[in-house]
Amino acid sequence: MPVLSANHAVINALSILPTFSETLTNVLFMVLGAVIITGLAALLALVSVYLERKVSAHMQDRLGPMEVNTEIPILKNIGHGWAQTLADAFKLLLKEDIVPAAADKKLHLLAPFIVFAATLAAFAVLPFGRNLIPSDLNVGVFYLIAISSFVVVGIILAGWASNNKWSLLGAMRSAAQIVSFEIPASVSVLVVIMAVGSLNLGEIVEFQEGGIHRWLIWRFFPFNLLAFFIFFVASLAELNRAPFDLPEAESEIIAGFHTEYSGMKFAMFFLAEYANMFLVGVIISTLFLGGWSSPFGSFLNSAPFQVFWVFVKSFAIIFVHMWLRWTLPRVRVDQLMYTSWKVLTPFAFVSMLGVGLWMILIQ
Amino acid sequence: MQDIMFYMFAALTIASAGVMVFSRSVIYSAVGLLFTFFGVAGIYVLLAADFVAVAQVMIYVGGILVLLLFGVMLSQRVTGVNMRTETLQTVPAAIVAVGVLFILFRVISKTEWLVKAKTTFEPTTAKLGTLLMTDYLIPFEIVSVLLLGALIGAAFIARKG
Repeated sequence: MPVLSANHAVINALSILPTFSETLTNVLFMVLGAVIITGLAALLALVSVYLERKVSAHMQDRLGPMEVNTEIPILKNIGHGWAQTLADAFKLLLKEDIVPAAADKKLHLLAPFIVFAATLAAFAVLPFGRNLIPSDLNVGVFYLIAISSFVVVGIILAGWASNNKWSLLGAMRSAAQIVSFEIPASVSVLVVIMAVGSLNLGEIVEFQEGGIHRWLIWRFFPFNLLAFFIFFVASLAELNRAPFDLPEAESEIIAGFHTEYSGMKFAMFFLAEYANMFLVGVIISTLFLGGWSSPFGSFLNSAPFQVFWVFVKSFAIIFVHMWLRWTLPRVRVDQLMYTSWKVLTPFAFVSMLGVGLWMILIQ
Repeated sequence: MQDIMFYMFAALTIASAGVMVFSRSVIYSAVGLLFTFFGVAGIYVLLAADFVAVAQVMIYVGGILVLLLFGVMLSQRVTGVNMRTETLQTVPAAIVAVGVLFILFRVISKTEWLVKAKTTFEPTTAKLGTLLMTDYLIPFEIVSVLLLGALIGAAFIARKG
């Protein structure tokens, strides 16, 4: 009998092991996923920064970065200063971190982490392909809208902790702007949700599969097209990009909320900003432009091409963002608020009402 | 796994709530509140209430906390009001606190708590929507009228001042 009970003890101990190792593998997979997403976001930010410099240069009839290159044989021939942003990134990482003497040191340190973490958290639900959704949430779209509110808090804290008039003004402008434009943006997302009947990002894309004519931008014409335009303009404002770049207006308030940031902490804000651009590109392409699905129906719609389409569509959106930034002048604060509350918000409601009535009366 | 996650979120919630209550600076309290909301959202997720968790983050972080920070920034750095919490009227506060503690303790010990055997993770959004549009339609409408009233009131006060 004692032998048997000893065996029992061993068996009991062993039966715990699988659950423990399962937990461990789960945790490992989560950590791995987070590392991949962080790497991807950083890489995309580097590419976007390079693109921005090149696009702006060519729009203003100059060349932009042309010199920085390596001696590595194959890469050497690419030229066009492709290594410029890489060099800039290393420079930022090695720069001295200056904290103003009168700043609130703890909050000054915390703010860039909140902004960066919120941006990365949003990447967790982006659909890159049918089986390539890092976290396939049932409330995906809602999660994306909610998680971006952490960014606002981070920006406000950055502006407050810097103890600088420009920072504070920039942070307040930024927060007011993001909060105001969140309303038309959310209502136009609601239009899509009504049309699809799901908050799941994967299901929203599947609803649009089968070619360019099935994309949500063409449905309920012209109401979804209107919603697309509203979401696009609102996303520009939420990204603090020209013509709505008042929070960073360099001719008025130096650099807004990140005036007092340098080195690594500034790099985090910078990285988050460009990662956010890509994020908005993916969100717009998912909600209105068919996401991962090919514009030619089942042609070129296999798994590798799905990732390709997501990137093509997102970078097309990013290109238009850059195009607008380098061609339009900055709006005034009152014009900004007018755009949000008296133009975009009413039209967003018109669009929502239109789709609702269409679904009741025609379908 | 879920137990570990629960204790992590619970520890985060309690620790940041502690920061919120004991901090003298209003802005530090607000940061504590940010993490409290995050921790509570995590606990909602573990209870399989995905929609409630996200709504919690959206409304409390995106709405209330931003408004609070805005208020503090406008009053402290712009008009120079020193916003620090102080201890005033210790004796009445202690009496009220003990009273509330007693009530809470009675309620906690008398309530028969629902202990869920196993949480199944399934979509809750559609069910919530159906319930709001059928059984709970009148409370839902009353809340929206209340919020509309608050909105009009806020606009009225802002116009006056």
